[in-house]
Amino acid sequence: MNSPMVLYEAEFKQITTVCDTLHRDASAKAVFLVDKNGQLLANSGDTADLDTTSLASLTAGNIAATGGLAQLLGEKEFAIQFHEGEKDNIHISLVGQRVILVVIFDERSSLGLVRLRVRKACLDLAGLFEVIHQKASEQGSTVFSEITDDDIDNLFGDG
Amino acid sequence: MSFINYSSREINCKIVYYGPGLCGKTTNLQYIYAKTNPEAKGKMISLETETERTLFFDFLPLSLGEIRGFKTRFHLYTVPGQVFYDASRKLILKGVDGVVFVADSQAERMDANLESLENLRTNLKEQGYELDNLPYVVQYNKRDLPNAVDLDYLKRYLNPTNVPDYEGVATTGVGVFDTLKAVAKQVLIELKRGR
Repeated sequence: MNSPMVLYEAEFKQITTVCDTLHRDASAKAVFLVDKNGQLLANSGDTADLDTTSLASLTAGNIAATGGLAQLLGEKEFAIQFHEGEKDNIHISLVGQRVILVVIFDERSSLGLVRLRVRKACLDLAGLFEVIHQKASEQGSTVFSEITDDDIDNLFGDG
Repeated sequence: MSFINYSSREINCKIVYYGPGLCGKTTNLQYIYAKTNPEAKGKMISLETETERTLFFDFLPLSLGEIRGFKTRFHLYTVPGQVFYDASRKLILKGVDGVVFVADSQAERMDANLESLENLRTNLKEQGYELDNLPYVVQYNKRDLPNAVDLDYLKRYLNPTNVPDYEGVATTGVGVFDTLKAVAKQVLIELKRGR
């Protein structure tokens, strides 16, 4: 019911490649991939000055609230959101019901170009996440099945 | 739902602080934020109304250290306690790994505690969870107030399943870290069990 999402090295590289490609092709400032629960999965581009953890959490909150609105209106979801700022804009889209693709761009790009490139990236990502979920459910055990109670106690020992 | 990233060697988990309006959920997070080393915490976000009541959620990312080379990070969320924000509360429970119920010890808030606890069970069920199957800790907050009711009474009504519980005075930090540690530990034990 509440099995963890597990991202292995190989798949992480693949989704990062998709984000890098989107970042380049859409002439975006930054691209993020966020779990619907607010965890940052991958990012690409100019992220050094951004608080990526907060960005991930707020994006997920935003998607959750918008999903709630959609349900009230009898819609399944609003798959795309766009926020326009004075300099920077943010394009948010849902990928396969589970992850959120965020593109931040400025005047060097345009909404049309971003939408076009996002569509392609969403297809690629949806396929990758199918594999990721399948792998997680098949492999079941994680690094955590090997840890001991002492490991957990030690973590809190000096807290 | 926890997230394990083998590439960045990180484990991320989500803990939600639940409870009636003005019980001290945000105060718990503020205390944790104030007392945590800068390198172990991210920015605390509070989406609140002009009167400083939580509108959507508070959010605090926290690093607890490493287990077997994996950084353990906990994302702490509070829900808005006021009854009419129920839609928001449901959203924040999505993907939860552990729950803290913050109860208000004042006699006149007993009904609000019970209502909020019932609301927690209902909203978890809607998301496909059972409170009894989740890592779960209760904190009896505001123990310093003169109108705080007996601990036995609180335990009987608010903790019938006898989960770990702590007395708290969130404004001064009493019980705050004990509560956090207890729920975080339970979350990691659940992960170890492979749930």
